[in-house]
Amino acid sequence: MLGAGRTALRTWLCSLCACACAALGAGAQAAQAATTAQAGPRAEVIHWWTSGGESAAVKQVARAYRGAGGAWIDTAIAGGDQSRAVTINRIIGGKPPTAAQFNTSKQFLDIIEEDLLNDVDDIARRDGWDRMLPQPIIDVIKVKGHWYAAPMNIHMQTWLWYSKAAFARAGIAREPRSVDELFIALDKLRAAGLVPLAHGGQAWQESILFSLMLSNLGGRDLYLRVIRDREPAAIRSAAFRRVLLAYKRLRGYVDPAAPGRNWNDATAMVIQGRAGIQVMGDWAKGEFTAAGQMPERDYGCLPGLSPTSPYLVQGDVFVFPKTDDPAALGAQKLVARVVADPGVQLAFNRLKGSIPVRPDVDLGQLDACARKGMAIVRDRARPLGVMEIYLTPDRNGALQDVLTAYWNTAMPVERAQDGIASALRY
Amino acid sequence: MKTARIFPRIVPRLSPHLALLPMALTALVAYLGAALWTLRISLTGSRTFPSGQFIGLAQYQRLFDNERWMLSLHNLALYGVLFVAACLVIGFLLAVFIDQRVRGEGLFRTVFLYPYAMSFVATGLVWQWLLSPGDGIDGAVRALGFAGFRLDWIVRQDLVMYTVVVATVWQAAGLVMALMLAGLRGVDPDIWKAARLDGIPAWRVYTRIVLPMLWPTVATVLLLLSTAVVKLYDAVVAMTQGGPGTASEVPTKFIMDHLFLRSNVGLASAGAVVLLVPVLALLAPYAYARTRKEAA
Repeated sequence: MLGAGRTALRTWLCSLCACACAALGAGAQAAQAATTAQAGPRAEVIHWWTSGGESAAVKQVARAYRGAGGAWIDTAIAGGDQSRAVTINRIIGGKPPTAAQFNTSKQFLDIIEEDLLNDVDDIARRDGWDRMLPQPIIDVIKVKGHWYAAPMNIHMQTWLWYSKAAFARAGIAREPRSVDELFIALDKLRAAGLVPLAHGGQAWQESILFSLMLSNLGGRDLYLRVIRDREPAAIRSAAFRRVLLAYKRLRGYVDPAAPGRNWNDATAMVIQGRAGIQVMGDWAKGEFTAAGQMPERDYGCLPGLSPTSPYLVQGDVFVFPKTDDPAALGAQKLVARVVADPGVQLAFNRLKGSIPVRPDVDLGQLDACARKGMAIVRDRARPLGVMEIYLTPDRNGALQDVLTAYWNTAMPVERAQDGIASALRY
Repeated sequence: MKTARIFPRIVPRLSPHLALLPMALTALVAYLGAALWTLRISLTGSRTFPSGQFIGLAQYQRLFDNERWMLSLHNLALYGVLFVAACLVIGFLLAVFIDQRVRGEGLFRTVFLYPYAMSFVATGLVWQWLLSPGDGIDGAVRALGFAGFRLDWIVRQDLVMYTVVVATVWQAAGLVMALMLAGLRGVDPDIWKAARLDGIPAWRVYTRIVLPMLWPTVATVLLLLSTAVVKLYDAVVAMTQGGPGTASEVPTKFIMDHLFLRSNVGLASAGAVVLLVPVLALLAPYAYARTRKEAA
């Protein structure tokens, strides 16, 4: 039954992405022509690192792969959704790539359960991933005792980026160390005539603000009870209501033109000193760097509002679609080995803005913000996963729908609690 | 010998059917087949991959328990009524205007029809720029000296759907005009002469005589516009991405999100089946009227 289902879906999806495939095919052929002379493993890798800094980062991996004697065929597809859809369609269609990027999340759990991925147990054992990686990452890439993905990096979602110039203008002497102090700082910024909170009004960015409040105000236990265990009692608790109210309170510090704004436009407001603070993942650092700003001189980066606040990790991994072809298998092993290499980890993550998954890299080569992150990740009590690490994509989406509706409308907090309980029930 | 005699008689009767066969197969396999397949998937617990695990109507139950889906349906109904009505009225008025044998008719026709040559994505982006507060129309009018002017519909919960209506009407009204104009040009000039002799004002001729005569054209336009309503997706994605919040969400976006982004093929299929119902409800009377007409 399942087989028949796959065939029919294959025809359906293939027609959908026929154009995409045709375009890709042309590129792949050109690359192939250039590399046929070279013997050794050939890896076709699908990813969505297409922006300036990202493509520079992935080129480091490609270079290392070529250096190790392989041929790297780069299939970059703009947009994570699009890229993942192509990967899944090609797996279903029976012509999978050698390796493909996913977020460190439950996005590829279904593919594991359908037994369509090869494991990377040998490298995981060799490097001792059980001891080396933060628990939230282990939780999603290790399924039933096998390792199904090679982690590339660790991003932290809820950094507070602030403009030193704006803080000086508003007379804020030191970084906020609690949620209350955050609101005091926001008030001061507003009094100084600035936009206190730079925000892009898109559902995922609102989820980031909610995550900040849930992890910093609610704390680790409440975070896990709501997001991981989906406990109705926790969702209806007074503590969670306080989190929702604090999240909504942030809306009062956002400018009216925020809806629909892209995250990098919000970052630009902080860079120009028009806005005080932005809560965003560490990919925002690239924007500051591109504008010629230095951490701790022009802007500050705060990984949380207290020395014990959870560090919400996410990141990217490579998965390896199932194959019995020994040549393809060899190419996959080489990708996993190259990705795990400390030198590659460092080169990639310096350009990407994230931090390496290995704690044993040379810290001196990282910037001040990344060093803060590395120090926190070493403390095994602090990393927690972002919502996508614990929730399936559709539950996470349903939660985002409620959060953005609550943020944007006059929805009473009790109704938001009901909505979240209902979103996480299925 | 025998085949040679039968052949000339059968071939002429067979050839139109043979010519129609590819289209018939496409319709059967691609449309009907895909619809049945979707119906089947909607009864399963499929996530990223279609599965054969039947769970009855649970996906539908979940669908109608989903606030965003219900809001999407509401938005679609509001949009549908306004979009169809505005397109019909504006399209008809434009056609009447051009039908007055105005000078430069060719130019006006082209100008009015031009937006239709643009995709909904391009339309959506253009209107997003025009309507975004701070710049676009809002900024331009204020720069002209009207400091109190404010046009922020696109970021307003209660008004954002109307901006989608405006943008898509701007795009589609030209087509309605072209069809209506063709209809108007088909009206017998003798009717106009007779009306003029009787001293009937032009607007009454249009509403009482010409419009009823145009009924087949109006029916075609209605069908085209209705399918455009159900398909509404790209304009919303380009203009508002369903926001602010979930204020401009539409069912097709819900379906697409769940099909790929949210890896829930089962729920997406249930949504698609539900969306098929109004399409059938629209088509059924039309098809019924057609068969009645043919029978008569």
